[in-house]
Amino acid sequence: MKNLLQLLEDDSTLTHAQLAAMTGMTEAEVSAAVAQYEKDRIILGYKTIVDWDRTQQESVTALIEVSVTPQRGEGFDRVAQRIYQYDEVESLYLMSGGAYDMTVTISGRTLKEVAQFVGEKLAPIEGVTGTATHFILKKYKEKHLIFPVQEVQEERFVFE
Amino acid sequence: MMDYSKIMCRRVQDIQPSGIRKYFDLLQGMEGGISLGIGEPDFPTPWHIRDAGIFSLEKGFTKYTPNAGLSDLRAAISRYLKRRFGLEYAGVGQILVTVGGSEGLDLTFRALLEPGDEVIIPTPSFVCYGPLVSMAHGVPVLVQTRAEHEFRLTPEELRAAVTPRTKALVLPFPCNPTGGVMGRGDLEALASVLRGTDIMVISDEIYAELTYGGRHVSMANLPDMYERTVVVNGFSKAYSMTGWRLGYVCGPKPIIAAMTKLHQYGIMSAPTTSQYAAIEALDHGDGDIEAMRDEYDGRRRFLVDGFRKLGLSCFEPLGAFYTFPCVKSTGLTSEQFADRFLAEQKVAVIPGPAFGPGGEGYVRACYAASMRDLAEALNRLERFLKTL
Repeated sequence: MKNLLQLLEDDSTLTHAQLAAMTGMTEAEVSAAVAQYEKDRIILGYKTIVDWDRTQQESVTALIEVSVTPQRGEGFDRVAQRIYQYDEVESLYLMSGGAYDMTVTISGRTLKEVAQFVGEKLAPIEGVTGTATHFILKKYKEKHLIFPVQEVQEERFVFE
Repeated sequence: MMDYSKIMCRRVQDIQPSGIRKYFDLLQGMEGGISLGIGEPDFPTPWHIRDAGIFSLEKGFTKYTPNAGLSDLRAAISRYLKRRFGLEYAGVGQILVTVGGSEGLDLTFRALLEPGDEVIIPTPSFVCYGPLVSMAHGVPVLVQTRAEHEFRLTPEELRAAVTPRTKALVLPFPCNPTGGVMGRGDLEALASVLRGTDIMVISDEIYAELTYGGRHVSMANLPDMYERTVVVNGFSKAYSMTGWRLGYVCGPKPIIAAMTKLHQYGIMSAPTTSQYAAIEALDHGDGDIEAMRDEYDGRRRFLVDGFRKLGLSCFEPLGAFYTFPCVKSTGLTSEQFADRFLAEQKVAVIPGPAFGPGGEGYVRACYAASMRDLAEALNRLERFLKTL
């Protein structure tokens, strides 16, 4: 059986009543557990995956490799903080491997907007020694969700 | 003018058409309809299994396989049955790869039955047993299972159905449409009726991986029952591979040999691509089984809970992916309920009597559907019940 967190990670629109039925908990127990998860920051938030390409709204996403000089006593965390405080930054990860140190993803309305952010905000941050920006041309899958429409098989009757 | 009714086989003409079909025909033209009617996994086959099928095509493996199936596949089935269910079947001689579990059932009846031989079939159950027995010149003996026994077959019911002409007992557990399962103790009680007889058990274990209480136990696991059991299984339900049409039967060597004879004349060999994909499924698919079962389990609990909250009693189904709620409290027959629920709320469920005697008063609702559809179906059920 899936636990509460697994169920919510898959579909955060499930109601507490539905989650209760699915796990065999009471609704009050589910609400209490979710509240605790939120308090403990095990659940950080609830978001929706949007395919902006299907809307009129222009959107461009870039993945940026960032090289960083770690700060004495604080490692990468201080630099990371200076990066993730920007609202434009969608995600930020510290990476293993030698080529670069961090991966940042940024979304903006236009290429120019993203380039401007990298040039004017990200690159000048103290401790950032280099950036390499890769624009995302097409999204195929995010959080297990597939963007292109999947063909479905012909509807049919089966005797089962 | 040819009168084909005079030409065609009488036994085929006597087979009743399915009572299920009309619900699908009606649903087809309906905007916003929800089907809880179809009995099929709603997941695509896991990609690594599909990929193994594709890779076999790339390598040009497009010929017939040995009649009994690829030897690598039979070896993989043998390992799988040992690992998952503690069953010992030799890849050579005791396992035949078939075109779905259905072919396995058909072959078993045809290999065993003399004209007039009786086959005991607990109902409500999968619709194909009776017609397949009839086509094999046998006589289906239908035995009703009951909600108060959680739709298990009891030794008393079995004993009452046995006659000198009884050739076999079909054990359809975990059960479509009831979701009922038989544990070791339940099977032991039946075994005590069967030991010392020549009655064969045809154990349809196609839903063996979809149990939610404990692990499935096969009749062939019980002392003295291995030699009187044919196990029918397949890939459709466990790995979401319905369209690959692949199953297998395991049993005593002489019976498997007889079935292989029929299979080689009627079928030659099961689809080659499917067999290569199946090896991948067996060797690396345990995680897929668990993931799909966990997914079904949440939906199962949700749907059963939903029926009960709306006042329909529903016994807890511990196997397969069906619920079998009781609709007697509505004052409608199963068919009236299903007809009106579809016409008024556009939700398809199947009336219990479509699965044989004992089904009246119940409908089958399959939870191999998205949570969204299940939740909406329950909303519509609530509205529907208020209009009654």
